Amino acid sequence: MAKTLNVLLAGFGGQGILFAGKTLAYAGLMDGKEISWLPSYGPEMRGGTCNCSVVISEEAIGSPLVTQPDVLFAMNLPSLDKFVDSVVPGGTILVDSSMIDKKVERTDVNVYYIDATKIADEQGIKGCAIIILIGKLFKELGFCSQEALDAGIRKVIPAKKAAMLDLNLKALQIGMDA
Amino acid sequence: MAVVFEKTKALTDVPFHYCPGCTHGIVHRLVAEVLEEMGVVGQTVGVASVGCSVFSYNYFDCDMVQAAHGRAPAVATGLKRALPDNVIFTYQGDGDLAAIGMAETVHAATRGENITVIFINNAIYGMTGGQMAPTSLPGQVTQTSPYGRDTSTAGFPIRVCELLSTLDGTALAQRVTVDSVKNVNIAKKAIRKGFENQINKRGYSIIEVVSTCPTNWGLSPEEAMNWLRDNMLPYYPLGVYKDVTEGGDK
Amino acid sequence: MAEKVLMKGNEALAEAAIQCGCKHYFGYPITPQTEIAAYMSKRLPKEGGVFLQAESEVAAINMVLGATSAGVRAMTSSSSPGVSLKSEGVSYIAGSDLPALIINVQRGGPGLGGIQPSQSDYWQATKALGHGDFQLFVLAPSTIQEMVDFVPLAYEVGEKYRVPAMILSDGMLGQMMEPVEFPEKKETAVADKSWATNGHQNKRKKNIVNSLYIQPEELENLVKERYERYEKIKEEEQRAEEFMMDDAEYVVVAFGASSRVARSAIIKAREEGIKVGMIRPITLWPFPDKTIEKSIANAKKYLCVEMNMGQMVDDVRLVVNGRKEVAFFGRTGGVIPTPAEVLDQIRALAGKEM
Repeated sequence: MAKTLNVLLAGFGGQGILFAGKTLAYAGLMDGKEISWLPSYGPEMRGGTCNCSVVISEEAIGSPLVTQPDVLFAMNLPSLDKFVDSVVPGGTILVDSSMIDKKVERTDVNVYYIDATKIADEQGIKGCAIIILIGKLFKELGFCSQEALDAGIRKVIPAKKAAMLDLNLKALQIGMDA
Repeated sequence: MAVVFEKTKALTDVPFHYCPGCTHGIVHRLVAEVLEEMGVVGQTVGVASVGCSVFSYNYFDCDMVQAAHGRAPAVATGLKRALPDNVIFTYQGDGDLAAIGMAETVHAATRGENITVIFINNAIYGMTGGQMAPTSLPGQVTQTSPYGRDTSTAGFPIRVCELLSTLDGTALAQRVTVDSVKNVNIAKKAIRKGFENQINKRGYSIIEVVSTCPTNWGLSPEEAMNWLRDNMLPYYPLGVYKDVTEGGDK
Repeated sequence: MAEKVLMKGNEALAEAAIQCGCKHYFGYPITPQTEIAAYMSKRLPKEGGVFLQAESEVAAINMVLGATSAGVRAMTSSSSPGVSLKSEGVSYIAGSDLPALIINVQRGGPGLGGIQPSQSDYWQATKALGHGDFQLFVLAPSTIQEMVDFVPLAYEVGEKYRVPAMILSDGMLGQMMEPVEFPEKKETAVADKSWATNGHQNKRKKNIVNSLYIQPEELENLVKERYERYEKIKEEEQRAEEFMMDDAEYVVVAFGASSRVARSAIIKAREEGIKVGMIRPITLWPFPDKTIEKSIANAKKYLCVEMNMGQMVDDVRLVVNGRKEVAFFGRTGGVIPTPAEVLDQIRALAGKEM
C-alpha cells in the first residue's frame, strides 16, 4: 500500500457515510497511522447528499480534504457522477449497485459492484450496506490489519448501542466474502 | 451632639455629578443604605450602565463593573454565574434598559437571573442631552422629537414593569417614585425586597423608579416634580406588578 | 502517556478548555462552531460549571466580561458573523484589561456569507475586532492537537498580560477529526487576579472594572501603558513553525488550514527539486516578524497562501519591506485550495513550467 490512502465516501444522508468514515479512521488509528476525517457539513446533512474525506497515512497529513481519492465509496448515482472523474488512475471505486444502475466507463480504475443495500436488507442488517463495502475494500486492498479493523469498529459503536456491533461485524464479513 | 443623620458608608465621598433636582442622588442613597443595612456591601458587585449613571462606579463603595450600553444584565449574569453567593445589581436608565438593552433585560428576567435591577425611568436620554427615550410620553418634546413624540411614527412608550411582570422568571416588578417622604420610604422598601429576593434566590427583581430630569425637561426641580406627578405617574402607575413573595399580582 | 482519541476539533477544543479550568461558557448557536456549545452544555453541568445559551452573541460576550471580571476563566465561541457581533464586548474587555478567551471558527464572508471554511477574518482578528487602540493575542491552530494545546496557552498569556485572547480556527479544523492527546492534568499557572470584582469583603479597597476615561490625557496614558504590554508580548510571545526552511529559497507563508494544504504541496515540490519551505505563523498577533526577518537573507521569493483575498500577506510585506517579492495565492468564499493548485503556484514562483 502507498504511504497515504485518500478515501472519499459519498451518498445520501442516512446511509452511514460519516459512520463508515469513522470506522476507517479508527482502523487506521489502531494501526498506529496518521489519520484525518473531514465531513461535509451544512444544510445538505439533512437528507441531501453527504460525503466524508478520510486520509490514512504513514506521514503527517496535509490537507484533510480529499479531492483526488484513491478510493471512492459511491452510495448513490449523484455521488458517482460527481466524483468518478476525480479518482486517481489505478484507484478503486466501490459501487453500491442496489442504488446505482450504471457502470463506470473509466477503464483505468478498479471498480467493484456490490449489491450492498439489497444484501443488507436480506441479511437483516439494514443500514449496514456501506460496511459491507468496507469489508470488500479490506479484502481487496488490505488497507489495515484485521485486528485494527475489528478494533476500529468497536471504537466507533458506542457502548449503549452494543447490539449494533454484531450487525456491523456481520456486514464486514459479508463484504470480505463478496 | 446627637447624630441625626449620617451618610451611608456604602457611598464613597466622591461628589455626585448629577444636576440639581435630579433624583439619581436619592436613589443612589437608597440603594447604598439598603446594602449597608443588610450588611452585604462587602459581597456586592454593582454594574454601572451607560447613561447619566455611568459614573456610579465611583459612588458606590462596593466592587463595580462598568458595562457597555444596554449590556448590564448580561454582565451581571456573567458575574452572578461566577459568584452565585455574592450580591449583584445593575443600575440602568431607560435608554439603556428599555431600548438598546431590551433583549438583555427580557432574557435576564425570563431566565430568572438572580440579580437586582434598579431602573431609572425619566422618559428621556439625559447624558446625551435630551433625546427621545423608549419611555418618552406621547407628545413629549425632546431633542429628537421636536414636534412632540408622534406615536404614529415613533411608537408608544414601553411600560417595563407591566411587560416584565408577564415573565415567569421575574420575582419582583415594582414601580416607585421618590417625590415625597412617603414615596421615598416605599421605594426603599421595594429596593430592600429586591435584594432580599436575590439572597433568597427568588429570581429577577426590578425596581422601576419614575424619575425626573429637570435639565433636559427644561424645568426647575420643583416644576419637574410636578410634571412627573401630572404626566408620568398617570402613564406609569405606581405599584407592585409582580411579587412572588405575595403570590399576587397587582 | 494519555491515549490518543479521535475527536472533532470543536469538541477537542471545548474539552481542553474544561480541562484547564474554564467552567464558564456563554455562547449562541452558529455553524460551524456549534459543537463547542453542544459539548459544553453536556459536560459543564457535570463539572459544576456554567453553560449558558445567551440571547445573542452580544449578550454572550458581555456575560464573559462579567464572569472574567469576577476572576474566573470564561469563554465564548462563535463563527464569523457572530464574532462581528461580539466585537463591542471584545473592545470593552480589552479596554478594561481583562483576560478572556474568544474562539472564532471561521466561515466565508462578508455578511451571512457561507458556512464553509475560510480565513477571511484575519484582519478582523489581528487589526480591529472592535473600536479603539487595542490588540488581541491571536493563535492559529493547524491541527486538532493544537486546538487542544493552544487553549491553556491562550489563557496563560491572556492572564499574564491582561489581554483578551482569540483562537482563530476555521470550519475545517472545527469539523474534522484527528487523533488527539490531552495533556496530563496539571494545574496551570494561576495569575494574580487581585483586580477581580468579586466583593471586597470589607478587607480591601473596592475594585472597579472599567473602560471609561473622560480625561483625554488619562486615557492616553492608559492606552500607552497597554501598548507597553503589547510590546512585551511582541518580544516574548511570537510563535511560528519553520518547515523545510534550512535551505529554502522559496518561502511559503501560511497559517491554520491553508498551511496544511501548503505543506502537502511543499513536499511534492521538494520531490521536484524545488528548494521550498514554509513559515507557519502560530501567533497571528503578535505576528512572527522575527522568523520572517531571519528568512529574508536566503529567500528569493515569498508566497502567501490564504483562504481569503489576501490579508496576512500585508503583514508579510510589512516585514519583507520590498526587499524580496511577495506573491499571494488564495481561495475564498469557503473554497479550500488544493495541494495541486498550490504546487502550481510554487512552480511558477520558482520559474518552472506549470
